[in-house]
Amino acid sequence: MAELLFWPALLAYSEAAVAYLNDVRHPGVAGRLATWGVRVGWLVQTALLAVQATRANGFPWSTWGGSLNLFVWFVVGAYLIWGCQPRYRLLGLAVLPLAVLLFILARVGGGTGVGSRSHYSNLFLVLHVGLVLAAFAGFTLAAALSALYLWQERRLKRRESSILRLRAPALSRLDEVAARTIAFALPALTLGIAVGIARLRERGGGFDVLMAVTIVTWTVYAASLALRHLAGWRGRRAAYLVLAGFVLVAVVRLALPVTHFAT
Amino acid sequence: MSIVLVGISHHQAPVELRERAALDRTRAAELAQALAGGQGEAVCLSTCNRTELYLADESGDAAEEKAESELGPALYRLRDEEAALHLFRVAAGLDSMIPGEGEILGQVRVAHEAGATGPLLDRLFRQALQAGKKARSQTAIGESPASVSSAAAALAEQVFGDLEGRTVLVVGAGKVGEAAIRNLVSRGATIASVANRTGERAEELTQRFGGEALSLDRVQDELVRADVVLSSTSAPGWVLTREQVEQALHARKGRPLFLIDLAVPRDLDPAIHELEGCYLYDIDDLEAVVAETLVGRRREAERAETIVAEEADRFRAWQASLDVVPAITSLRARAEQIRDAELRRAKLNDAERRAAESVTAAVLNKLLHLPTIRMKQASPLRPRGRALKSASLIGRPLPVQAPTAFVRVRRRRLCGQTRVKRTWCRADPRRFPRQ
Repeated sequence: MAELLFWPALLAYSEAAVAYLNDVRHPGVAGRLATWGVRVGWLVQTALLAVQATRANGFPWSTWGGSLNLFVWFVVGAYLIWGCQPRYRLLGLAVLPLAVLLFILARVGGGTGVGSRSHYSNLFLVLHVGLVLAAFAGFTLAAALSALYLWQERRLKRRESSILRLRAPALSRLDEVAARTIAFALPALTLGIAVGIARLRERGGGFDVLMAVTIVTWTVYAASLALRHLAGWRGRRAAYLVLAGFVLVAVVRLALPVTHFAT
Repeated sequence: MSIVLVGISHHQAPVELRERAALDRTRAAELAQALAGGQGEAVCLSTCNRTELYLADESGDAAEEKAESELGPALYRLRDEEAALHLFRVAAGLDSMIPGEGEILGQVRVAHEAGATGPLLDRLFRQALQAGKKARSQTAIGESPASVSSAAAALAEQVFGDLEGRTVLVVGAGKVGEAAIRNLVSRGATIASVANRTGERAEELTQRFGGEALSLDRVQDELVRADVVLSSTSAPGWVLTREQVEQALHARKGRPLFLIDLAVPRDLDPAIHELEGCYLYDIDDLEAVVAETLVGRRREAERAETIVAEEADRFRAWQASLDVVPAITSLRARAEQIRDAELRRAKLNDAERRAAESVTAAVLNKLLHLPTIRMKQASPLRPRGRALKSASLIGRPLPVQAPTAFVRVRRRRLCGQTRVKRTWCRADPRRFPRQ
C-alpha cells in the first residue's frame, strides 16, 4: 500500500514542477494546475506517511531515506502556506523540482516503504528527528525565498524592462517572509538539538561531525536574526547569509547523515 | 429588428473631426432619445476617441439614415453581427489606442444608462459589458501599466508590495509629478512631505494630497523616513546626490528606498542606483517598462479577441432566436383558435366543458413545446432576414419533421484558450417522429 502511494505522489509533484515551468511562459492555467498538483501530491504523501506510521506502529522515519521522505513532506507543506498565491508561484519553480529529486532519493534510500521500527522511543524521535527536520524544511523554504529575492533585486538593479511582465513577489515581502520563516524554524531546531544533547548526556555516545555542523547551522541562522534586528541587516546581505546557512543544511541533510543514523 | 452602428473613431478620424462629433453626457442622452423617437432604440457612445450611434428598429435603413444625418460624413457603418462584435471589442478595450485600457468599460456603461434602450440594445449593451469584464478577468490585458506614472507606482509595488502606509517624499510641485502622485495615493501610499522652491505651490499640493510643505534644503533630512522619493523639478543640477542619500541610509537601517526621477534634465544623481537598497528609475527607464508592457498587452489582446468572438456568437444566436417569436406566437394563436372552435362545437355541460378545456390546453401545450424549442434552436442557422415569418407558418402543417442537421458548438478549454468547434450532426429521429 505504502509503495503504491509513492507513485501518485511523485507524479503529482512532477506535474506541478513541469506546470510551474510552463507558468513562467504562459501564466494562468498552468499555474493553477501546478498548485493543484502540489496539493494533491502533498495529500497523497500524507496518506503514505500515515500508512507507514500505522504499519510500523511508531515513528518509521529515523533512517536516512525515511527522514528524507518526512523532510520533503515538511518542505512542501510549508510551501503550500504561500505557494497557493499566484505571486509566489515562482517559488514553486525552485521548491518542487527539489522536492521531486529528494523524494526519489528517499525511495532509493528505502524511506518510502514499510520500514522496521527504530529502537529509540517514539517521543524522542518525534522531538529530535521531527523538530530538526521541520526546522530544516523551514530553512530550505527561507533559502528559496532569499534566492527569489536576489533574482528580483537583480532585475530591479538592471532596470529590466520586462519586470512588470513576469512579476515576482515584492522585495520587502520576500525579505519579511524569509525572516519570519527562520524565526519559526530556529526555535524548532533549538529544541531538537537540546533533546539530542540531553539524550547524549543521559545515555552516553560520541559527538559526531553532523552534530557539529548542525550547531554551526544554528549559529548562522541565529546570527542572521540577531543582525537583522540589531544592525539592520536586511535585503541582499541577509539573503546571502540565509543561503550560506542553507549550504550547511544541505551538507547536514545529504552528505553527513549516514554516520549519525548509525549511532 | 436590426441593429445599425454609425460612427467615427481614432482609427480613421483626426482629432479635429472627432472633437466636432464629440458629445457630453447630457447631449448624448438627448440625442439617443431623439433618435429613438418613441418606438425605436438608440444609444450614443461618445468618448475622446470615438462617437458611435447604435440604433435598432424594424427597418435598418431608416435607422441608418437617421444616424448618418446626425454624424454627417460618417466614416463607418456596421449592421447586426458586425455592429455587435464591434461594440464587444470596444467594451473589451480591443479597439482602444492602448489595448485593454479600463476607462472605456465605464464609458460604455454610462452610454447604456443614458440611452433609449429597448430589448435589443439593452441586451446588446449588457452583453458587451459582460464581454469587457470577461476579457479583463480571463486575460492579463488590463494588468500592466500603460503610462509612465502608473509604471512608477507599479514598480514601487515591486519593491514594497502593498503601498498602504508607505510614505512618499515629493520633490518639485509641478504638473509633471501630479499624475504619479495620484497613482501612488490611489494605491494606498501617503504623501509625507512636498518640497518645492516656492512654498505656495507646495502648499497647494499638500492641501490636495496631504503631507507637509517643505523648502528644498530640507529634502535630505526627510530621506530618513521616506520610502519613495518622487522628483520632478526644473532645477538644472542634481537635487539629490549619491553622498546625500548615502548619509541618510545609515539611519534607515536597511529599509529600501525607491526613487522616481521624472525631470528632464534629471534631478537625481544616477550613482544613487548603485547604493545598496536604493532603486532609481528615470523617465527613460519608465518609458522602456511601459513599451514592454504594451507589447504584453497586445499579446493578451489576441486571447481577448477569442473571448469577445464567443460572446458575439452568443448574441447572434439570441438575436436570431428573436425572429421566430412572431412565428411561435401566431402558431399558438392558430392552435388556440382551433381548440376554441372544436370546444364550441361539442355539446358539453359546464363541468364537462371545464374538464375538456383543461385537458385540451394541456395537450396543446405538450404538442407545441417541442416545435417551439426546435424553431428557436434552428433559427441561428438561417440567414438574417430570412427567418421564419409569422405568416409563413399559419395554415401549414406543423414543422414536426426533424431538421436534417443542426450546429453544435463545442467549447474546449485548454491552457487558457477556448476553441470553438462547429460540427454538423443529424438530429435524433426519436425526438422528431415522422407523421
